[in-house]
Amino acid sequence: MKSLGSIRRSFAPWADPNSVPFIAVKNVTKKFGDFVAVDDLSLNIYPREFFALLGASGCGKSTLLRMLAGFEQPTSGEIILDGQSLAGIPPYKRPVNMMFQSYALFPHMTVENNIAFGLKQDGMPKADIAARVEQMLKLVKLDKFAKRKPHQLSGGQRQRVALARSLAKRPKVLLLDEPLGALDKKLREETQFELMDLQQELGLTFVVVTHDQEEAMTMADRIAVMAHGKVVQVATPPEIYEAPNSRFVADFIGDVNIFDGTVSSAGNGTVEIATQTGFTVRVASTEPPAVGAKAGFAVRPEKIRVGRDRPACAPLNAAQGEIWDIGYLGDMTVFHIKLKDGKVVKASSLNAVRAVEDPLGYDQEVWISFDENAGVVLKD
Amino acid sequence: MQRWSRFNIASIVIGFAFLYLPIVLLVVFSFNESKLVTVWAGFSTKWYVQLFHNQALLDAAWVTIRVGLISATIATVLGTMAALAMTRYTRFRGRMLFSGMIYAPLVMPEVITGLSMLLLFVAIGFDRGFWTLTLAHITFTMCFVAVVVQSRLLSFDRSIEEAAMDLGATPVATFLQVTLPVIAPAVFSGWVLAFTLSLDDLVISSFTSGPGATTLPMRIYSQVRLGVTPEINAVCTILIGIVAIGVLIASVVSRRREIQRVKDEQAAFAH
Repeated sequence: MKSLGSIRRSFAPWADPNSVPFIAVKNVTKKFGDFVAVDDLSLNIYPREFFALLGASGCGKSTLLRMLAGFEQPTSGEIILDGQSLAGIPPYKRPVNMMFQSYALFPHMTVENNIAFGLKQDGMPKADIAARVEQMLKLVKLDKFAKRKPHQLSGGQRQRVALARSLAKRPKVLLLDEPLGALDKKLREETQFELMDLQQELGLTFVVVTHDQEEAMTMADRIAVMAHGKVVQVATPPEIYEAPNSRFVADFIGDVNIFDGTVSSAGNGTVEIATQTGFTVRVASTEPPAVGAKAGFAVRPEKIRVGRDRPACAPLNAAQGEIWDIGYLGDMTVFHIKLKDGKVVKASSLNAVRAVEDPLGYDQEVWISFDENAGVVLKD
Repeated sequence: MQRWSRFNIASIVIGFAFLYLPIVLLVVFSFNESKLVTVWAGFSTKWYVQLFHNQALLDAAWVTIRVGLISATIATVLGTMAALAMTRYTRFRGRMLFSGMIYAPLVMPEVITGLSMLLLFVAIGFDRGFWTLTLAHITFTMCFVAVVVQSRLLSFDRSIEEAAMDLGATPVATFLQVTLPVIAPAVFSGWVLAFTLSLDDLVISSFTSGPGATTLPMRIYSQVRLGVTPEINAVCTILIGIVAIGVLIASVVSRRREIQRVKDEQAAFAH
């Protein structure tokens, strides 16, 4: 049997030109009065995909989710689900279910009645409902809480009831609106992995809306980074992190140092940028911008080395500065290094050893350096 | 705990005396043996017995109860619908005017409400009687129900309705299975309030009722003009009892809701 990891690695229907998207969002625009919440957006989501819509609040991600659920109608464009247009189909006739941010449990019903609600609407026979409810309760490990009311449950338990309720009808697609937003950090991390396992086990398509990039990176097969009602980049978490397609994505996902400059030479798969900070970076780039063009260079803190000695590659990909701030996080240490021109660079190093002799301290003169493939060129 | 100062005790005694002395007096004298209202001549329940032989009073009580039940029920339906419209459709044209018009009867002098209804009934040639009375009571109690239900709906989490629809419930099923059960305590309080108001009303009833539809307050008022009898005291004592029970039920319901809310909050904080 294949391990989860190998299934995940080999799962890439978006790369296959023959695969048919399960959900196709086609040029969808949604306006509220003059405000454009979703702006001519197109997306494909594939069967069994765990898809994340990531963005700051107000970027249109929740509106898009609500259009998938049927609570909002697109102003223009259309959404196709499993080959059928969803236009004009009310929420109660769509084969999708949603897990709400507030959980939206029915306060006057017990846990089991909450879970049975959707099945009763379908007129399922009583015995079948009971069996399904029991199965769902087991799935979310709440069998002992069947007779409780929502207010007699903890936040984590309520979250599970909401999940069980939204899965009870075996929807084709499960929509999750900030599913873990109300949980504390530890529970959130545990639940992330549980959700991933559940999605694999049930073979469903999940579309999750979140503003938490860590959550999206952990769980999703692909992430759509959204801003101002548009999708800025759709890619797998490693692609989004290591090869952001724009300044916005580079800045939005994780920490990043961006150096602005001018392309001084290009060719042989590398490009050199003379940065405004005074040093030159040489970066691997398959599609380099033209010589003389303005460009940015983005490099993540963990890919910057910090040391006392002048690195061998200097003056390329290296600069001198002094340690301005040190943040010790336990698993790693974050340095803020002030370069000669005053620009502050973030660098982090893993604390792989328990005690370092003569650690770097405040105000020390240090060199920062990085490899040719450590960062990416951002065309403006 | 602070000690009771003399001033505080005096304030409480005087305050409660102002509020309840007349009522206590009325209740006490309803059990008076003597026919004279102000002279105590020993305990007796004879006025209560006599009360049940006073056909006019019994008829009036029956009318009052019927009007109360019917008008409170219809007012609750209409008031709840108005409250729903007011909280759900926040952007329709003329909303301000509509909400103002729903609440106007709350502060409208009863004489004006009564008179205007009378004029309407006369103008359209509606014979005054039981039904005009009921209609008038629906009109003036409806806005109280609307206020009570609306205040509940303002704190209502709409996402549970969306969840119901998402799970396959039609809008009607959603309303009956989710919305209504959740707001039921407020709807019930609204009904009790409407019933109590209908029971008490004298002014509007006097304008809008007709032959054969005399309510208890009207009957009492007309009898008192001929002199207060212990029998009236007995009727009033019963009325006080009914109203007190109504208020008690309404406050128990809302108290329960409050306890529920505190419990929910505690549960939320505990985790």
